[in-house]
Amino acid sequence: MWEVALIYGFINSVILALTALGFSLTFGISGVSNFAYGAMYIFAGFASWLLLNKLALPFFLSAAIAVILTAGLGAAMYRFVLLRVRGLVISEVIATFGVGLIILELFRYLGFSGFEYTLPVFSDGSLLIGNTYVDYQRIWIVGVGIVLAIGLYLFTHYTKIGLAFRGIAQDEHTALSLGINSDRIAGLSVAFGSGLAAIAAILILPRGTIAVNDGYDVLINAMAVCIIGGLGSSVGVVLASFLIGYAQIMTDILSGPHWKMIISLVAILVILVVKPSGLLGKQKELEERI
Amino acid sequence: MKQKRKERIDRGIKARSDDVFSLNSFREMLYVAVPPLAPVLLLILLPLVLPSYWQKVLISTCVFALLAMSWDFLVGVGMVSLGQALFFGVGAYIAGVSNKILGLPIWIDLPLATVLGGFICTVLLTPVLRLRGVYFSMVTLVLPLMLERIVEAAGIFGGTEGITGIKAFQNPFVESYVIVFVTLFALFAFRRLVTTDYGLVLKAIKDNDRAVMSVGINIYWMKAQALFIAGCVGSFCGAFLTHVYGFVGMPSFALDYSILPLSSAVVGGMGTFAGSFVGAFILVPLSEALRGIGGLRIVLYSFFLVFFIVALPEGIFHYIQRKYQQFERWVEVDK
Repeated sequence: MWEVALIYGFINSVILALTALGFSLTFGISGVSNFAYGAMYIFAGFASWLLLNKLALPFFLSAAIAVILTAGLGAAMYRFVLLRVRGLVISEVIATFGVGLIILELFRYLGFSGFEYTLPVFSDGSLLIGNTYVDYQRIWIVGVGIVLAIGLYLFTHYTKIGLAFRGIAQDEHTALSLGINSDRIAGLSVAFGSGLAAIAAILILPRGTIAVNDGYDVLINAMAVCIIGGLGSSVGVVLASFLIGYAQIMTDILSGPHWKMIISLVAILVILVVKPSGLLGKQKELEERI
Repeated sequence: MKQKRKERIDRGIKARSDDVFSLNSFREMLYVAVPPLAPVLLLILLPLVLPSYWQKVLISTCVFALLAMSWDFLVGVGMVSLGQALFFGVGAYIAGVSNKILGLPIWIDLPLATVLGGFICTVLLTPVLRLRGVYFSMVTLVLPLMLERIVEAAGIFGGTEGITGIKAFQNPFVESYVIVFVTLFALFAFRRLVTTDYGLVLKAIKDNDRAVMSVGINIYWMKAQALFIAGCVGSFCGAFLTHVYGFVGMPSFALDYSILPLSSAVVGGMGTFAGSFVGAFILVPLSEALRGIGGLRIVLYSFFLVFFIVALPEGIFHYIQRKYQQFERWVEVDK
């Protein structure tokens, strides 16, 4: 039983990290709110389902198009909504949350719910680790998750655009004076974050049906991971994912699946009381805390 | 031929500032008195003339106006809540439990739910008071969803079934007038509160919290008080509607109660509680008239929300107020 907990806790942690990466890139690393993140995740799922089943495209092509579409949706949201309220934190939060609600509830209204809304797995079959069977999809998730997490770290530390992402969060005016077009970079950051949400959706959604309510759960989990890990820290995201991931699996085993989601909230509240800037957050520690 | 020129009506009335008046005729008194009296007369007369179905709409409009005002009040202190449903749901459950299980009469459990609900919400949100920025929004967004899950998972307070058979008010008129008077009271009390010294301190916390700290005011304590006031108003809404419907359950934490007040306040105009009031009286009857669209309701509210935040951040009330002050009349030119 503990072997199962260990393996599935690991997988659960990687799933959490994967869903949180995009949110962390947009909100944590470049300081732009994207509370439509859960909606982007679900949008990617339904987009690739529609391309796959209505246009009969091959799976990998439809998945790629869905990722690009979602990134485009993020960019459009930035251009037409976020750009106009940039800098007004309250308005940013409300506006992006509103956009997310529009997307999610529109899907619900159009009747996108039921068992037929599933995405296919990448490859069938499963692998025996110790005495536990793990299907290939979960192996894929773990592999891609690790690659993306490392890629994100390298991207934000060693490429020009990645450094610009961090720059506009640290000090937008200084970034401007060094020739970084902060409006463009923030737009790119929202688009990249949405794209990452789409990748996560296409990897994770085949495990079950695509449900509109998952959008809210994804947003909550992503927020929990980012707050606990500390905004702006890629390592913190991974660390927090493992903390919450294992805590969730443990509660699942010990007291039933209903309590699983509550872990995130309890973790957020505890971390805000004990160390409000998160486990590894250094950025703007003084400005967020009063 | 006599020459005429245009003159703004409020020029002769306003003495030195926007809220000190020198009134010389009944017409001028009317100009000043109509805006505050209009909602009072409207709300007192409406329950007498409306058919019973629209009375229910009036009740829910007032409830959403109250929730919107409490949201507006919190925003005025720098706390942007994305989950008014938290206040609403906590109040609803306390009223339901104390009425059905403890057997308290309505007139005791309504005030009890109001105060206790405000207190519980304040305690739940205390950890976030130390942070500025979006943390408050995040946690308020998460909390109602979580409480809903806890009720579902633990099966407490009726679990997924909810609690039914909660006592209703004696008659529809009591029901209508309770909420009407509370709404009017809250509207004028909030408007008054933000202009007192106490309200100015709260406003200052939003504008520059460190400056407030540096004059020796404990801002956490002030924020907790503001949260308690807003929580009481929100909990009252929940407790009241519980008695109207005779039911409390997981829908009390539904997204409607978070997003509609937010939309109302933003559409009406933030910062003046009258804006929330106007917004609720536009949006709720509108959604009732468009009841056929059903699930599209939240989409509609969110659309209004995004549209007003982006295109008309001022809101309707500020616009009307400005236009009202710019009314002009023709006067003869003195030679």
